[in-house]
Amino acid sequence: MGMAEKLTDHPPFLYRDYRSTVLRAPRKDLVEIVRTLSEATGPGPAWAELNDDDTDLTTNAGTGGEALGSRTIVTGRVLDEDGEPVPGTLVEIWQANAAGRYVHWREVEFPAPLDPNFLGVGQCVTGDDGSYRFLTIRPGPYPWGNHPNAWRPAHIHMSLLGSHLGARLVTQMYFPGDPLLAIDPIFNAAPEHSRDRMISVYDHDLTTERWALGYRFDVVLAGPRATPFEDGDGG
Amino acid sequence: MTKRMLTPSQTVGPYFSMQLKPVVVPAGPDVPGRRIRVEGRVLDGGGRPVEDALVEVWQADAAGRYRHPADARDEPPPDDGFSGYGRVHTDFETGTFRFTTVMPGRVPDPRGGLQAPHLNLIVTARGMLLHLHTRLYFGDEDEANAEDFVLAQVPAQRRPTLIARLTDEGELPTYAFDIRLQGDGETVFFDL
Repeated sequence: MGMAEKLTDHPPFLYRDYRSTVLRAPRKDLVEIVRTLSEATGPGPAWAELNDDDTDLTTNAGTGGEALGSRTIVTGRVLDEDGEPVPGTLVEIWQANAAGRYVHWREVEFPAPLDPNFLGVGQCVTGDDGSYRFLTIRPGPYPWGNHPNAWRPAHIHMSLLGSHLGARLVTQMYFPGDPLLAIDPIFNAAPEHSRDRMISVYDHDLTTERWALGYRFDVVLAGPRATPFEDGDGG
Repeated sequence: MTKRMLTPSQTVGPYFSMQLKPVVVPAGPDVPGRRIRVEGRVLDGGGRPVEDALVEVWQADAAGRYRHPADARDEPPPDDGFSGYGRVHTDFETGTFRFTTVMPGRVPDPRGGLQAPHLNLIVTARGMLLHLHTRLYFGDEDEANAEDFVLAQVPAQRRPTLIARLTDEGELPTYAFDIRLQGDGETVFFDL
């Protein structure tokens, strides 16, 4: 039951409209376990300690040039289910360029231009208020092979590594008003009630005059379930 | 109090392998401990290797310590070269993954006992809308495995899916561990 409840906001493993799930979705139930120190810990704090932020995707290709595209500020807070900020979470993003092309050798079927000044990768660690911030360019939509004339809505991939294993999340951030959202099987695999959580909010107060458009994207992660270690000195 | 809706999970897609910063080893070369190698495949429901999977590792050091503020025991903290986190992607041609690390020590369990040495693994790929959590235990640790707190919560007939096989006892002991996403011998995945 715990599992059913917990998974309610997430897509199912098997979603036939997204064809690749058919052979990659487990068919047996997950095994619910009582958490131990192994689950109550996670890589976030160690990474925060060992890595530097890299948040400006418009220049981090290191060429001295700037990426082409509509300059876009993406910022928000990482929160737990109670709305409390989650500091020390590693947020990594990766995305296509303004033309919808990824810097990846597997991207061979879409004849869109590469941008020598854009890698499409960034990372940072959330601050005490759970906030993160990137400067990037708005990614373009791109075709994929799921069904005839399939196009992914513009999105930014986001990976979060927090302070406990249950907070692991890989998601995608979308843009408001994108007509491709309604026909995208990956977006629509999420339950109807939680889909909007993946759509960023245009914020004109964040938009910087003569510089960049601002989008807010808060991320809500599962909190740690109580473990016997948290009751005191353990044992 | 009403809980907030979680941000839904989405697939990692096919392009992370050149985008996410590589973190090949949880433990640098000077970290104390017995070096081991782990190699395996991620297999789909048709038994085919998944050529674009991401396998992440979270582990304790040789003394059984996590590099984490919640692990506040008296033992010396992990060496500076030890992050405890690593990630590799499967090879596009063969679907195999491999990494080298130190054998993790035993971590306390909530009963006051010790867990068997294990690696916490997270696997995800294109075609997976959610990542999966599993654990790798070591095939030559029968005694510790038999009393392990988490293995005991797994139905006995499915436990072997979590035990890596020692395939090379040479200078760099090597353990084989295939992750079966679906079908016969489907790996046990955990709801944390």
